[in-house]
Amino acid sequence: MTPAPIDTPKPPAKTNRIGLQVLDYRGGKTTLCAGCGHNAISERIIDAFYEMGVQPERLMKLSGIGCSSKTPAYFINRSHSFNSVHGRMPSVATGALLANNTMMALGISGDGDTASIGIGQFVHMMRRNIPIIYIIEDNGVYGLTKGQFSATADIGSKLKTGVINDLPPIDTCALAIQLGATFVGRSFSGDKKQLLAMLKAAIAHNGTAVLDVISPCVTFNDHEGSTRSYKYMQEHEEAITEIGFVPHFQEIDVEYDPGTTINVEMHDGSHLRLRKLHEDYDPTNRITAVSTLMSAHATEEVLTGIFYVDTQKPSFTEMLNLVNEPLGTLPEERVRPSRAVLDDVMQRLM
Amino acid sequence: MATENVALAASAEGGTLVEPDTQPQSSQRNIVNDFTIQIATVNGSGSQSANLVLLKSIFRMGIPVSGKNLFPSNIAGLPTWYTIRASKDGYVARKKEIDILIAMNPETSKEDILSLPTGAAAIYEESANLKQFRDDIACYPVPFDKLTAAVCSEAKLRKLVRNMIYVGIVAQLLKMNMTAVEATLRKQFAKKVKAADLNWAAVQAGYDYASTTFTKNDPFVLEAMNATDGKIIIDGNAAAALGCIFAGCTVVMWYPITPSSSLVENFIDYAKRYRLEEDGKATFAVVQAEDELAAIGAVFGAGWAGARAMTSTSGPGISLMAEFTGLGYYAEIPGVIFDIQRTGPSTGMPTRNQQGDLLSVAFLSHGDTKHVMLIPGSVKECYEMAQSAFDLAEQLQTPVFVMSDLDLGMNNWMSEPFAYPDNPLNRGKVLSAEDLTRLGGFARYKDVDGDGIGYRTLPGTDHPLAAYFTRGSGHNEKSQYTERPDDYFNNMERLSRKFETARTLVPHPEIIQTGKSKIGLIAFGSSDFATRESRDQLNKEYALDTGYMRLRAYPFSREVHEFVAAHDRVYVIEQNRDAQMLSLLKLDLQAEDIVKLRSIRHFNGLPIDARSVTDDLVTQEGI
Repeated sequence: MTPAPIDTPKPPAKTNRIGLQVLDYRGGKTTLCAGCGHNAISERIIDAFYEMGVQPERLMKLSGIGCSSKTPAYFINRSHSFNSVHGRMPSVATGALLANNTMMALGISGDGDTASIGIGQFVHMMRRNIPIIYIIEDNGVYGLTKGQFSATADIGSKLKTGVINDLPPIDTCALAIQLGATFVGRSFSGDKKQLLAMLKAAIAHNGTAVLDVISPCVTFNDHEGSTRSYKYMQEHEEAITEIGFVPHFQEIDVEYDPGTTINVEMHDGSHLRLRKLHEDYDPTNRITAVSTLMSAHATEEVLTGIFYVDTQKPSFTEMLNLVNEPLGTLPEERVRPSRAVLDDVMQRLM
Repeated sequence: MATENVALAASAEGGTLVEPDTQPQSSQRNIVNDFTIQIATVNGSGSQSANLVLLKSIFRMGIPVSGKNLFPSNIAGLPTWYTIRASKDGYVARKKEIDILIAMNPETSKEDILSLPTGAAAIYEESANLKQFRDDIACYPVPFDKLTAAVCSEAKLRKLVRNMIYVGIVAQLLKMNMTAVEATLRKQFAKKVKAADLNWAAVQAGYDYASTTFTKNDPFVLEAMNATDGKIIIDGNAAAALGCIFAGCTVVMWYPITPSSSLVENFIDYAKRYRLEEDGKATFAVVQAEDELAAIGAVFGAGWAGARAMTSTSGPGISLMAEFTGLGYYAEIPGVIFDIQRTGPSTGMPTRNQQGDLLSVAFLSHGDTKHVMLIPGSVKECYEMAQSAFDLAEQLQTPVFVMSDLDLGMNNWMSEPFAYPDNPLNRGKVLSAEDLTRLGGFARYKDVDGDGIGYRTLPGTDHPLAAYFTRGSGHNEKSQYTERPDDYFNNMERLSRKFETARTLVPHPEIIQTGKSKIGLIAFGSSDFATRESRDQLNKEYALDTGYMRLRAYPFSREVHEFVAAHDRVYVIEQNRDAQMLSLLKLDLQAEDIVKLRSIRHFNGLPIDARSVTDDLVTQEGI
């Protein structure tokens, strides 16, 4: 008699502190280019919210317009999401948080969305200290309109048309610190470990948390001379003749220690010099934070890490002294005054 | 505009009001409770308190009264006119003729007095010697500075107190009830006893001076009536703010702009008084935005998240809100926008009146976008329609505009007291977690009920199937991104269906059909007052009977079509150059009805008056 096979019990699915699996934090299939840094950021967002045990239904995802702003469709499907208009997501988020101050908000923006068309709303979001995690998926170009400079593009960077950027970039982190954001950091989409840690810290923060995440664009930084440029590929790959061809690349993956510097080769063959803040850096001093960022500019390094944190400043919704429950769903008896009140007002007007 | 070629003789100082076609005033004696008083002054001179005391004292005497402030877009130093109309018949529209002038502005006093009809009266600083310009009016020179100095020892207060002198002069000349005047003044300065005493002394000084100095030689008198018993006086913006309070509005984000700012400022005052809970916490949030784009963005963010949210603006703000409003329409998010219209385009005349935003608001944004507009025609409707707007916005899940204007919004109007709302708040089709469990999910933009309106959930609904993705790009019934032609087509068709549903839900027009008139009049908003008076003029002076319909909303309900069909000729009376309401009607009516439409337009920045309507209509009718 052949002994019955012994079923190996499946290991129980791994769950987080609220009993959800990582699958509960997944989103739709990405339609961004393969190798796009934005996809890596989406993956880290999934990991961070899963690991922190955030109830997906308690999260609102908000975005503007652009490649970055498409990404809320690619993570945490169980959260309500709002893909608004170009650059004006901060106001939508502000309204949504006024309506329901019990929710967590995650804003996904891009460098064009934030630093050009949306800079007005960005700065006012900072000064109000709206309780939101605001991620700038920063690639220095406009992707959806096929490759114009954004306001965070470095001096000397080149479009595929050969045009060279001669305007200085806006440092969104320095701006955020100066204007009142209470959690400001910069990371790189390929640095899984650092980005995940920063996202988790941002989730724990109450106030505006700005994360500028350098995220290479695989399609529109393929300038003349690059061995991975569109033109190069057309010339060297016989099968490729389609005009709309978008090259496929692997996501860039880096890991380096605090206090060290790393040279990262981008998809177009150019290099990015990342320096990670030292472990003993004190992020509570606003002046030091700005000065450190300025020093990095001088050495042409992209500084990463959490530059500034203020845990004491009340968030905007706290400042408004709102009732504890969401304003949006207060019952009628709490939002419509009594008949006696109207009578009183009428009496005063007679 | 055919009959009123108003020349605002714009001087370097900011212009003055001269209407060259003003009709001569009748010289009959004892004109009781039927005339206008105009105070010509300088903005920043603090005349508003005195003007309100005068207005409200007449009201307190039981006489129907209305007041209009014609002011420049400036803080101080330019001419401004406050006009009070007493009307025993209850007419409250602007009347072109000025019967009693109080000339307090030396810069315009000559032109002001020249604009008066024969038989009028003028009160002025005696040193101006205005009598030299007119011998056909009653002149009352007053030594304002001397009288002021006698009652007010503090030089810095004299500028304010000086205005109260003319209250006393007018009170004596018009034989006003001084008990009513004192009661009004003391109510106005209720918390400032010292100020009340000082101002009352100035009123008395004016009264005594007039008693001892003047022989009355004008026909105008005020006699107590009982036509204002139980009525209130309020401006349209305060009324709308009160409506928002009782509508349970919870989120307000706004950017200051004349003439809408006082709406939110009143909301803040009322909310602080009536919408704080016992522990001092607020059931509302008001935020001053960085611009109108942020204001409307926050309204849609809040509306999406379940709040009754609103903003208040005027034409230039409306322009800035265009892109977001298209998103609100297409993503189907409730929100209420008050448009207190002023003259445009561009900066226009920021402090002058117009009904000029109808077309831009009806289709605000790009592509196939159209919006619901509510059009209040009184302060009472400002209050009521504020409430309807929130209900409709949530029922229809769409932006709803309340189209008020400067005349209605910033001027004081008497009204019946406002009624406490009968109906509970209508929050529209919102699914709870329990609903989702029962239904096993939902499709955000599916037309389940055939009315074009889908069901929605609010962020924070504790159910794994509650979430959906709101976007301004192409989407299907499940709110998934799509560029499929059939999905887009079906979605847009459903939005059209929803607009047809709106037609049945918006406030229906008010129709006054008398006899078998072949001529119909259509007016709306603040044009209503002049139109009603014009109908009486047409009847009395030309034996012309007219049917009347006052529009109260867009899209037009069935009765609008029926009204036009029932008349041979229909005059659309409105305060803009391009006959914007007539254009909207043309888009809606059948060809056989479109040809019946005629236009009466008034767009000089001043509120429309009855005589202009009457004269234009008579000319077009060839009477």
